[in-house]
Amino acid sequence: MQPFSHRPVVFLKENTMSYHITIDGEHFNCPKGQTVLIAMRTLGVDCLPVGCCAGGCGVCKVIVLEGDYATKVMSRAKVSIEDEAKGIALACRILPESDLTICRVKD
Amino acid sequence: MRKGVIRPGHIQLRVMDMEEALKHYRDLIGLIEVNRDDKGRVYLKGWTEVDKYSLVLVESDTPGLDFIGFKVLNDDVLNGLKNDLIEYGCEVSEFPAGELDSCGRRVSFVAPSGHTFELFADKEQTGKWGLADINPDPWPLNLTGMKAERFDHCLLMGPNVPATQALFEQVLGFGLSEQVVAPDNTVVAAFMSCSLKAHDIAFVDCPDPGKLHHVSFLLETWQDLLKAADLLTMTETTKDVGPTRHGLTSGQTIYFFDPSGNRNEVFCGGDYYYPDHPPVTWKAEDLGKAIFYHELYIHPTYLEVLT
Ligand code: FES
Ligand SMILES: [Fe+2]
Repeated sequence: MQPFSHRPVVFLKENTMSYHITIDGEHFNCPKGQTVLIAMRTLGVDCLPVGCCAGGCGVCKVIVLEGDYATKVMSRAKVSIEDEAKGIALACRILPESDLTICRVKD
Repeated sequence: MRKGVIRPGHIQLRVMDMEEALKHYRDLIGLIEVNRDDKGRVYLKGWTEVDKYSLVLVESDTPGLDFIGFKVLNDDVLNGLKNDLIEYGCEVSEFPAGELDSCGRRVSFVAPSGHTFELFADKEQTGKWGLADINPDPWPLNLTGMKAERFDHCLLMGPNVPATQALFEQVLGFGLSEQVVAPDNTVVAAFMSCSLKAHDIAFVDCPDPGKLHHVSFLLETWQDLLKAADLLTMTETTKDVGPTRHGLTSGQTIYFFDPSGNRNEVFCGGDYYYPDHPPVTWKAEDLGKAIFYHELYIHPTYLEVLT
């Protein structure tokens, strides 16, 4: 467990199924059904920029190195079909289906 | 000098999911859905608008701005401006009447900022929504959400702000109401008006052409803005900034995002502009104060989050 000294105190709802997310060495839990970016923001973790939270602006672009996930619709101007096949996605659209290891992608 | 462009007329926006977009623009912002066409486009308006519609939504895999249309006085003005645009060196094309529902022919051109604009002289006027023509009530029953009054303006981002400003001033007759000036005196943001409003369109410098920063809808009062912010939380809509006040135009504002990531604003109040007013100037070094007068700083993604 990491110290919460510089973070808001946040309690996960009890009995919420959650996945362990690692982004560039930072860790947090993402409740099932929540997107990675919203979980990160709710917990006060600051490892990705937060923009539109709607798959349009592309500032939260990442590559998923390990794990299973689904995505909600993402702007094709930000993630091409080829990118998507390589595991590139927008964190605000990623719904984890297992623990995930993720790296930020800067355009 | 005014050239017969009288006001913003419409904006066509791309959204990734039409039904989600309608929950947002119709049910949350409170625009009125007036029509759908055989291309799948949905037409909406603010209740105070006299025209049949002002917002056109079209489904796409890439969100953002298709075009903004300005209404001109009449057909002679439209023809004159078309020639002036061609003479000025713009590439101009034309859409026939009816291509956009209930709208006359449209003259289209691309500004040096990379944004597509169009001019039109005719669109069906169905009157203010829910109000009688004679002895009208001040507002109609059965409005929803934020009860937005009208589509008001856009802020667009792209290169060549000075050249875009020159085109809007010299050919279209807009005035520069407010500007942000860099230490070397280049204009990095131009707020422009074709009316008495503080701005009908604004341009801010960025390397990527044709970007939408926000599309803005008018609310009546500061209290309406607070309630709009409540609605954003109630509907789990992503808020960007506010409620707060702008330095530029001194309007009161909230920024938030539609479900495709297009930034919206609802605002009220602010300055006015007569064509003889000199521009209000803000220094680029004080951009924090210019944009967010209370916060005094711009959060890092404000000028990067674009569609
Ligand atoms: S925050 Fe805009 S795409 Fe993720
Ligand atoms: Fe605005």
